[in-house]
Parts: sequence; C-alpha cells; structure tokens
Amino acid sequence: MSRTLPVTAPAARAPARRVSRRWGTYVYCFLVLLPVLALFAYIRLFPIARSVVLSLYNWNLASSHRPFVGLANYARLSSDENFLLALKNTTLYSISTVLCSTVLALPLALALTRATWSSTLYQALYFLPVITPMVPMAIAWKWIYDYNYGIFNYLLSLAHLPAVGWLVSAGVALWALVIMGVWKILGYNLILFLVGIRNIPAVYFEASSIDGAAGWARFRFITLPLLKPILLYVLVTATIQAYNVFTQVYVMTLGSQSAPGQAVRVLVYDIYENGFHFFRMGYASAEAVVLTLIVLGLTVIQFGAVRGEEA
Amino acid sequence: MRRAAPSLHRTGWLPEAAVQALLALGAAIMVLPMVWMLATSFKPPTEVAVWPPRLLPHAPTLANYWGVFAAAPFGRFFLNSVGLSAAATVCVIITSVLAGAIFAKYRFPGRTVLFVCILTTAIVPFESYMIPLYIQLIPIHWINTYQGIVLPYLIMSFGIFLLRQHIGSTVPNELLEAARADGASEWWILVRVIAPLSTSAVSAIGIFAFIQTWAAFIWPLLIANDQRLFNMELGLTAFQFRFSTDYGKLMAGSVLSVAPMLVAFLLLRRRIIESVALTGVKG
Repeated sequence: MSRTLPVTAPAARAPARRVSRRWGTYVYCFLVLLPVLALFAYIRLFPIARSVVLSLYNWNLASSHRPFVGLANYARLSSDENFLLALKNTTLYSISTVLCSTVLALPLALALTRATWSSTLYQALYFLPVITPMVPMAIAWKWIYDYNYGIFNYLLSLAHLPAVGWLVSAGVALWALVIMGVWKILGYNLILFLVGIRNIPAVYFEASSIDGAAGWARFRFITLPLLKPILLYVLVTATIQAYNVFTQVYVMTLGSQSAPGQAVRVLVYDIYENGFHFFRMGYASAEAVVLTLIVLGLTVIQFGAVRGEEA
Repeated sequence: MRRAAPSLHRTGWLPEAAVQALLALGAAIMVLPMVWMLATSFKPPTEVAVWPPRLLPHAPTLANYWGVFAAAPFGRFFLNSVGLSAAATVCVIITSVLAGAIFAKYRFPGRTVLFVCILTTAIVPFESYMIPLYIQLIPIHWINTYQGIVLPYLIMSFGIFLLRQHIGSTVPNELLEAARADGASEWWILVRVIAPLSTSAVSAIGIFAFIQTWAAFIWPLLIANDQRLFNMELGLTAFQFRFSTDYGKLMAGSVLSVAPMLVAFLLLRRRIIESVALTGVKG
C-alpha cells in the first residue's frame, strides 16, 4: 500500500488529517503498551536471551574472572553423570506421569460427559488437587508415603506385603513422585477432555449410530479422531509442566537428594544446585538452555501434528 | 452449540453401577490427601504416629494450630503470601487489560510481531531463565526484597492472550466508534468502555494470577533469604526441615496454606473450571 499523498489539490487536506490521526493512534498504542512491554522485556525477554549468552561463558558468581568458553559447557554436560541422570529421571517422570494421567482422564471424561449434578460434583472433586499449592500437598504425601506410619505401607501390610521405603529407595522414589504427579494433574486433563468431547457436534454420533457403530468402535473411529487436537494439547502442556518438576522433589526427597544414592535427581534440581550451591551460573544456564530446547521441540511437534491434521 | 448426545457415549461393556463405583472410588482417592491432612492437624501427638493408621482423631484438639504459630511466624508468612499474591493479581489484571485492549482493537506497525513474541516466550519455562533474572537483580539490590520476590509474577502472557480474545469478540467496534463520535478520548474509552465490559475474563485472570503467586516456590527459594520475607510455601518448607517428625503441626501449617485456595475454589468453582476449559479450547 502506498503512503504517498494524492497530488490533486482539493483532496489533499482530508488524507493529511487522516494520516496525522493514524500516527496519533500509533503513538497512543505504544504509550499504553510501553509499561507492559518494558516489564515484559525486563522480566522475560532479556533473561531468556541472557541465559543463552551465559551458557557460553564460564560464569561463576563467586569469581570476577568469567572467560568465554564457547560450547564447552555443553560438551561437559554430555559427560556429566548428574546431568545425564537428571535428564533420564525427568524424562521417565514426564512420560509416565503424562501417559498415566491421560489414560485415566480419558475414560473419566467419557463417564462424566452427561451434564448432571453428579458430573459437576465429580469434576470439582477431581479438579481439587489442581488448585491446591504444591508444598503443603507434598508434605501431606510425604506423610502418606511414610515408612513406619504411612497409609501406603499400611495397605501393603493388609495384603501381607513387606513395607516399602517409598521416598528413600532409588528405584521406588521416582514412581512415588509419578503417583503424586498423576494425582495433581488428572483433574486438569479431565476438564480439557470434557470440553473436547462436549464440543463434538452431536450429528457425528447420530450418523455413526445410523451406521451401527457403538461402544468401542464409536470411541475409536469418532470420538478419538475428533478429540485429537485437544489430546495433543493435553499431552504437550502436561509434558512441558512435567519437565519442570521441582517443588515436590525438593520437599519430599530432600535429604536423600544430595546423598550418594541421589534418590531422584531431576533437571531443575540440577540447575538449582549448579547455579545456587556451586555458583556455576554459566554451566547451569547451559542446562537451562537444554531444558528450553526440549520444551520447544515438544511444542513444535505439537504444532506440526495439528497442522498435519488440518491439511 | 449442539452437544454430543451423552447416552450415545456409553461404551456398554461396564454396567452403570460399576462406573459409578469406580468414579466414587477415584474421587475418594483424590480428596484423601486433603482429608488426611485436615484430620491429622487435629490429632494430639499421641495419635499422630499410630499403627494401624486411623483417619479420624479420638480426642480432636487445636493444639497443633497454636503450636505452629508459636514455633514459627506463620502469621507473617500468611500475610506475606496474601500481600504478594494480591500485588501480583492487581498488576497482572492491569497489564492484561491494557495490552489485551490495544492488541484487540487497534492496528499499528509491529502489532503481530509483538503479540507473537509475547505468546511464544510463554512456552519457555521460568526455571530456565531464573538464573539471568537473579543476576539482573543483584546490581539493583532487589535480592531479598518483596519487590524482587513478586517481580516475575507481574505479567502473564496467557492473561494478555485471554483478554485480547475476550475484548476482540465481546466489545463491538460500533460502541467504540460511538464513543469517539461523542468526543471521548481513546484512554477514556479503554478505562470506561472496554475495561468494564471485560470483567468475566478479568476475574478468570485474577484467579489464575492469585493461585500462581500463592503457590510460588522456586523463585522465592532463590531470592528470599530473610525469614521475614518468606511466603507460606517457603515458611512451611523451612518448618518441615526443622520439625520433620512433628506431623501434627506440619499438617496444621499445611492446612493454613491450602485453606485460602479451597475457600476460593468453593466460591468460584464454576468460573475456575470454565477458565481452565477455555485454555484448552483456545490453545
């Protein structure tokens, strides 16, 4: 679009006024946005960009000598046992939590589709853990997992099974965290699936019943394909959230965290430890960049899958 | 919109009674940790660690609650949480309405780029840029201050997004034109016309901001060293490390942290669930 003013004399004044008014609008927009954008830049944009820059330096908070080291931090990460363990644990935790919570939420959503008072009540009860803060709930779960007096070991004793050190045995603690993670996020996934199912136009189901599809076939060939965008959204947001797991690990397993066994070392804990116990900010930033790349990769996969679906 | 006929959804291989039983069992598991927490908080020390575990206290007592306040400044932690969450809520609402209105109703160069930039950076986890943010606050001496604790929670990409969607679809352009024709300034229109029409989205955003700031943990853990600045979550964690065996008191402290969220949920349940549903539809 050309912005040059028309040369014909009588018409010249009106567009000139319009142009100045348009510039007035631009100025107004940026003035209103200014505080928001400034805050946004200061607390998000700059730090994100700086985390990439920091990761290229040997940047120690306790030292003023901070040499540029290129990709050396990343090279060191690839052979850092703590980091690799954290990456493995976090990935295992994320995949398990997301799969379990999705597999449980889907049939729940199907069972609660009908808009009745009991459906509303169940939605509220299942959603409750989502809004409760993590720290107090982690403390409550720690008590439930208690070796001597916890409910879980009580149930095992009823079945004449030996007690399990839920939060102290290396092999078990991760699954204890997964159980709590599923408990926390199940209601969120449930609500999203419920919306997805309720938004499927009834005509699809009417058509399918004319064709004689029912039960599993209807779910497999009607509900599931139409639910795919929501399903992908749930999978990706839940995975991203799961990769940032930290609070419950800190509250429930600290003490065993720095012990030789390292019950459950997760990525964010490793970042926290490198950055704020050893003050290796550059090295911790390299880990943080890896975390970001994982999350971005997952998001790109989601967009790709949804776009592929629409094409 | 026509909704899916629910009866058509019955898979048929499970009888209705079994479905109801499973739903009830699942719901019981979901609320068990909270019920267990509440029940334990009323137990005298002799009843907390007993075998076999018993849900309800025989001789309920408030001693744990008095004990918690005596052992640590939980009143202060609680007020800190309230203050920080309220400040973040107000700021998130203001920034979301301002940016949402501008992005929804005005055209200006760079509009799309800025909006996309705000949305895409929301994907980056806070945990991966908390270190540079921390370093940034050292020279301005905001480490160990209230303003430093609350800073990252003052803006919410999702809030800007939701308000843009809401204002774009519910505030008619004709209304804005009419106000302009009456000589209203753009700022007056924003404050007096657009903002009042977006209260439902504002309340949703406000709830999210409050819950998010209330549950804030890793950032306060990094930046607040002074116990007087602790929020409930940090206070509880510190208390846990000191009194790791006194579960009666620990549960009482936990109840204090969960209670405001539970009350908010009871009062605003429908709005909260609808807002969550919205994230999926728009996402």
